Amino acid sequence: MPCVGDWLNSPLSIVQGIFAQNVPNSGWEKKVTEYFKEKLKENNATNWVPSLNDVPVHYLKPNSLVKFRCMVQDMFDPEFYMGVYETVDPNTNARVLHFGKYRDVAECGPQQEIDLNSSQTVTSERQTFYCVPVPGESAWVKEISFLTEPAYVSASQARVSPSTSYTPSRHKRSYEEDEDMDLHPSKQKEQHLGESCCCGSDIHGCVEPKRLETEASAGHHVISPNCSPPLDLNFPLPGEKGPACLVKVYENWESFKVNDVLEVFGILSVDPVLSIVNSEERDSSTLDPMECMDTSEEQRVHSPPASLVPRIHVILAQKLQHINPLLPACLNEEESKTCEFVSNFMSELSPVRAELLGFLTHALLGDSLAAEYLILHLISTVYARRDVLPLGKFTVNLSGCPRSSAFTEHLYRLIQHLVPASYHLRMSIESMNHSRFIPHKDYAANRLVSGLLQLASNTSLVIDETQLEQGQLDTAGVHNVTALGNLITWQKVDYDFNYHRMEFPCNINVLITSEGRSLLPSDCQVHLQPQIIPPNMEEYMSSLLTAVLPSVLNKFRIYLTLLRLLDYSISDEVTKAVEEDFVEMRKNNPESVTADDLHKMLLVARFLSLSAGQTTLSRERWLRAKQLEALRKARLQQQQSVNGNEL
Amino acid sequence: MSSPASTPSRRRGKRGRGSNPPTPQDARSPPSQKRRTDDSTSTGDLQPMPTSPPADVQSSGAADALFSSPPQFRHSAIPLDFDISSPLTYGTPSSRVEGTPRSGIRGTPVRERPDLGSARKARQVDLHSDGLAEDVVATEQSLGQRLVIWGTDVNVASCKERFQRFLQRFIDPLDKEDEDIGLDLNEPRYMQRLQEINMVGEPFLNVNCDHLRSFDENLYRQLICYPQEVIPTFDMAANEIFFDRYPDSILEHQIQVRPYNALKTRNMRNLNPEDIDQLITISGMVIRSSQLIPEMQEAFFRCQVCAFTTRVEIDRGRIAEPSVCKNCNTTHSMALIHNRSMFSDKQMIKLQESPEDMPAGQTPHTVALFAHNDLVDKVQPGDRVNVTGIYRAVPIRVNPRVSSVNSVYKTHIDVIHYRKTDSKRLHCVDEETEQKRFTEERVEMLKELSKKADIYERLALALAPSIYEHEDIKKGILLQLFGGSRKDFTHTGRGNFRAEINILLCGDPGTSKSQLLQYVYNLVPRGQYTSGKGSSAVGLTAYVMKDPETRQLVLQTGALVLSDNGICCIDEFDKMNESTRSVLHEVMEQQTLSIAKAGIICQLNARASILAAANPIESQWNPKKTTIENIQLPHTLLSRFDLIFLMLDPRDEAYDRRLARHLVSLYYQSEEKMEEEYMDMAVLRDYIAYARGYVNPRLGEEASQSLIEAYVDMRKIGSGKGMVSAYPRQLESLIRLAEAHAKVRFSEKVETIDVEEAKRLHREALKQSATDPRTGIVDISILTTGMSATARKRKEELAQALRKLIQSKGKTPSLKYQQLLDDLRAQSETAITKEMFEEALRALADEDFLTVTGKTVRLL
Repeated sequence: MPCVGDWLNSPLSIVQGIFAQNVPNSGWEKKVTEYFKEKLKENNATNWVPSLNDVPVHYLKPNSLVKFRCMVQDMFDPEFYMGVYETVDPNTNARVLHFGKYRDVAECGPQQEIDLNSSQTVTSERQTFYCVPVPGESAWVKEISFLTEPAYVSASQARVSPSTSYTPSRHKRSYEEDEDMDLHPSKQKEQHLGESCCCGSDIHGCVEPKRLETEASAGHHVISPNCSPPLDLNFPLPGEKGPACLVKVYENWESFKVNDVLEVFGILSVDPVLSIVNSEERDSSTLDPMECMDTSEEQRVHSPPASLVPRIHVILAQKLQHINPLLPACLNEEESKTCEFVSNFMSELSPVRAELLGFLTHALLGDSLAAEYLILHLISTVYARRDVLPLGKFTVNLSGCPRSSAFTEHLYRLIQHLVPASYHLRMSIESMNHSRFIPHKDYAANRLVSGLLQLASNTSLVIDETQLEQGQLDTAGVHNVTALGNLITWQKVDYDFNYHRMEFPCNINVLITSEGRSLLPSDCQVHLQPQIIPPNMEEYMSSLLTAVLPSVLNKFRIYLTLLRLLDYSISDEVTKAVEEDFVEMRKNNPESVTADDLHKMLLVARFLSLSAGQTTLSRERWLRAKQLEALRKARLQQQQSVNGNEL
Repeated sequence: MSSPASTPSRRRGKRGRGSNPPTPQDARSPPSQKRRTDDSTSTGDLQPMPTSPPADVQSSGAADALFSSPPQFRHSAIPLDFDISSPLTYGTPSSRVEGTPRSGIRGTPVRERPDLGSARKARQVDLHSDGLAEDVVATEQSLGQRLVIWGTDVNVASCKERFQRFLQRFIDPLDKEDEDIGLDLNEPRYMQRLQEINMVGEPFLNVNCDHLRSFDENLYRQLICYPQEVIPTFDMAANEIFFDRYPDSILEHQIQVRPYNALKTRNMRNLNPEDIDQLITISGMVIRSSQLIPEMQEAFFRCQVCAFTTRVEIDRGRIAEPSVCKNCNTTHSMALIHNRSMFSDKQMIKLQESPEDMPAGQTPHTVALFAHNDLVDKVQPGDRVNVTGIYRAVPIRVNPRVSSVNSVYKTHIDVIHYRKTDSKRLHCVDEETEQKRFTEERVEMLKELSKKADIYERLALALAPSIYEHEDIKKGILLQLFGGSRKDFTHTGRGNFRAEINILLCGDPGTSKSQLLQYVYNLVPRGQYTSGKGSSAVGLTAYVMKDPETRQLVLQTGALVLSDNGICCIDEFDKMNESTRSVLHEVMEQQTLSIAKAGIICQLNARASILAAANPIESQWNPKKTTIENIQLPHTLLSRFDLIFLMLDPRDEAYDRRLARHLVSLYYQSEEKMEEEYMDMAVLRDYIAYARGYVNPRLGEEASQSLIEAYVDMRKIGSGKGMVSAYPRQLESLIRLAEAHAKVRFSEKVETIDVEEAKRLHREALKQSATDPRTGIVDISILTTGMSATARKRKEELAQALRKLIQSKGKTPSLKYQQLLDDLRAQSETAITKEMFEEALRALADEDFLTVTGKTVRLL
């Protein structure tokens, strides 16, 4: 019977075992998934599985069980593969059955040949997804999800003799803590890596730890020497790093969509044979018409070297509601543990909210109204679509941002510390004209070339309009601006398939910072009224962050993610009251309140209630929402009149 | 050359066989239990065929004979040498694929069919290894005669006979196809096709599998499951009949049967391992096509020592290089002579799933196609095609040195038949292919729906349920979606009458106009959404582009042409610039687009309904002004809209209350609950598609009468006050609306209720848009001439008053401008603006009564 380590280190041998036991009937596939499901359910077992997000590929053992938190960037065509095949020994004529599932290559022994005509052969189908790490994933997500895996690290140490040559230098950590959080995780990581790799893989076991450190902190991929032009790994955002993966899915692939965030558990395949395939085929392509049906470009994209783009053969895959490692992965389940977690947190919700409000007020230079709206924005999410209308989007335009200082830059940095995924889009004529916003299909390589707007759900997109100068937008620029506008208004992006366009719904929180009113549409414009102008913006903002305890910061993070997932309803009673209110307001001045305003007020009321942890609307909240809206509008009007006077 | 070629092809040998197992038939029972048998006569012919050199010699001779020898020779040859019924004459399925251009009957050469592939050869080899003695084995039935092809349940003789019966007898007078021009539907369809082949000389017989299915279910099943065995049998059968009938016919090669429209698979996404080696039909869009690939069919070798030549045929994708010269026995002396080898054309095409078939949120799948011989270069990237072919899967060997194999198969489709789905779209009305096919249950369900008394209201309610109220507007859009009946008056010189209904929505910003447009755009299959701000005339119509690769001029079509037979939604209509708008004049009445650009002069159809939205010029609707004044659009354009609706914010407590309730419910109701309340978008879509496709109402007697009355009434209202209140255009609009309403009811006849509703809707729209704000009277001339009749009357009155004033002043040659204005103001009881005064002056100047120079007015 396989022991604990086996299912982690050599899952294929377990599959083989199950396969051998059940071979005549086809039930073995189900048993395999069930076996691994059971194993992963055991206490914290998921933490034991090394994650491809944290550990570079070359430190992981081939054919071991790994996990990967990723976004589906593209879907390739389904593959037919040999689910079961038979090998025959030409000398002895002995026949052996093998399984082809979870493998890229149908293996057979040195003296054996695969019998392609065997009646036992079963052809099956699987789907390949091209997955990239979640775009814009914040540093703290990576860091925390890595730190919550101490079990794995210590276990690996315990299992194999610890490396004596390398001792992690702990002093470095405290020294770095305040300085730069972005650099921090990679340093941390590589220390652990040093340990795990030295014991995990026998190939790298002898490598000098010092070298490992430099390699890992350099942070870029190890590009195989024989692959001369660097492969575009097709990350949606520029400057992203991390492994891209070909994820092979064996069941229920129809349920996954492009841009879904998944956590997959599967068998890592980095068989160097796969790379040989490519070079071989490239050589022979001129001779064999069968092979030249794919262009070399397509070859490169669809079967890149395994060292660069590893394959994962999925045993278990689940869609993630969120990627915040501080929360249980799945909140819907009626598990006592998650319930307990949620109720515990809910009990201390109001102080957290107060603290967060204070924090954001400081960040917004003492403007508490703007801070209030920022909270509402950060917990907003598209919860439903009514024919074409997305409900629950709450795009905030923060106007009146000081232009000169690096205020917007620092504001984004703060938001980055609060939300799991974000991107800062600095609008400029240059960037609008030259960036790729909309993903488009490259038919030569047969793949979806990613663009800035291919983002996972609930990513915060902060658009900085303060840097925008006057100038001429070219065609690409106009398209990009239109795409941004569509994204904000309809929460969808029309991907360009050359011959036609296809609509992909999305759920992206857009925050626009601008001086005057933004040129992009928005749901609500809040004019910033700074109470204090710090002489040194840089110092002020960074001191804000250091002033917050890490534990409090974590609470903020839980707060923002959790509230987004709560349900909400309005009782009949309150509906009546709102109705009355609306009619009353219209009676006094029909011009001032339109259906649009009611929409906005209801939105504000929804998120206001949720931000206080209430899942139903109360009369007080409704009044408060109205009050907030009135304040906001008054401020806008005041601003307009000020501008009018100046002119 | 020959040695490297043999390395990759060795794998292919395996590949051919590898594609056998996945067929369900094979998976169930081991191959050894099956026997491939042919008729006893053909078994004899099996063995010698593949390699016998005499056949080759004969083939070239026969080819010559085809062109040079007198027809009598062939004619006389029939009774003497050939027995027509013998399969030997036409070759058995197995021998036919050898690719030998043998001489067929009367010199018509057989042409190999690479589209049927070489996988079969594996079976043949198995057959040989099993030994010929065992070859003929009776299977299945007790009937000793039932012999079947190995691995299948196909009996060649009976299959052939049944197909011949199908060709000779199949009649379906009801089924009409666009290629059927000139066919007598009451005669056997395929016999007429054969006649056509005789006349035209294109030796391809396209067979609709649907016909076959209705004629002989079992034969159809066999065709689907074993296409590579059955199709050659069909070829045989067709040729027998053909040469029986037209013995003198000269064809390039023997007739090849091309089945199409197999019902097996329609969607690429549904392809699964069970479809391998079966006949499938899928639809999709061509995205890439490769260069022509010459594929060697027969290699020509010459010994370098003794110059002895030999031909080697391709066998399972591989050329076996002769290692020993047969003549001089030198080893490894044979060299490949490229120029004398035989090649066939081949092309790789990538087909992508059509956008309609794709589930939301997924990327389209692609599949590789191989086209052979005549089918090469038949399609271009961007074409929508239905492809019928055989689905193949071949394993890839990872590394010839290592025995392991990549466990993934490569899949492709060998194309047998293409059918372009939209090639004719720009040229003529092509309703047949446009129609979506509905299942019978669906049609039944839709008809059931149409019988409901309140179907019109129900559908209107289902339209954009998230937008509150505006019922009449929704009804208008609903009628627009259905459209009127198309009438053709070309022979009387008026061309096509417009059947499309155009609608303009104008009103305050933020009254969900854009949302309505978005909804409509998402609902209709061929909708386009543009914004007046962002589109130019070029983007709307068509433009000429130079293809960077071929340096060829290409006509690229814009939104209006693309939405031919659909709806073009134009947001911010008022922001559109003049030149762009002028394009719409032609489109909105003539439904065509004329282009004269870069040497391309053409007229494209643009039978698009236009749904436009415009904002008032002052951002808020000014109720004191007319529609024209509010949106500042030329009246020539406005009069082309059948319905103009105002979307204003009603000031009404009850309305506010309902609106508030509606909005609040949006914010907490779950999605499922919302779905329940309204008709599904898919049902609505199907309902409209069905009505548009199948219902074509004509005016009934009664309805015509009431239309006439309505028109006369409209004219009468105006004539009492000295103004024209209706023009023929309004009558046309009424007819269209009435027809559309009849379509909603799935009625073939327009009845009085349809006219009533059309009148009501038309009146409602007019009431909103053509009411003169000064008098409160509906005045159609606001829309047709841009000015209300009362306004015109006032202008005249003022001019007369001014004339009187001037005349009363006696004979003064010139007057001061300001003085005159002041005098007029003092005299008149209503306020006179400077503009009004100037207008009156201009009117008088037009009458040559006075001239205005600077600040002085001179009398003439």
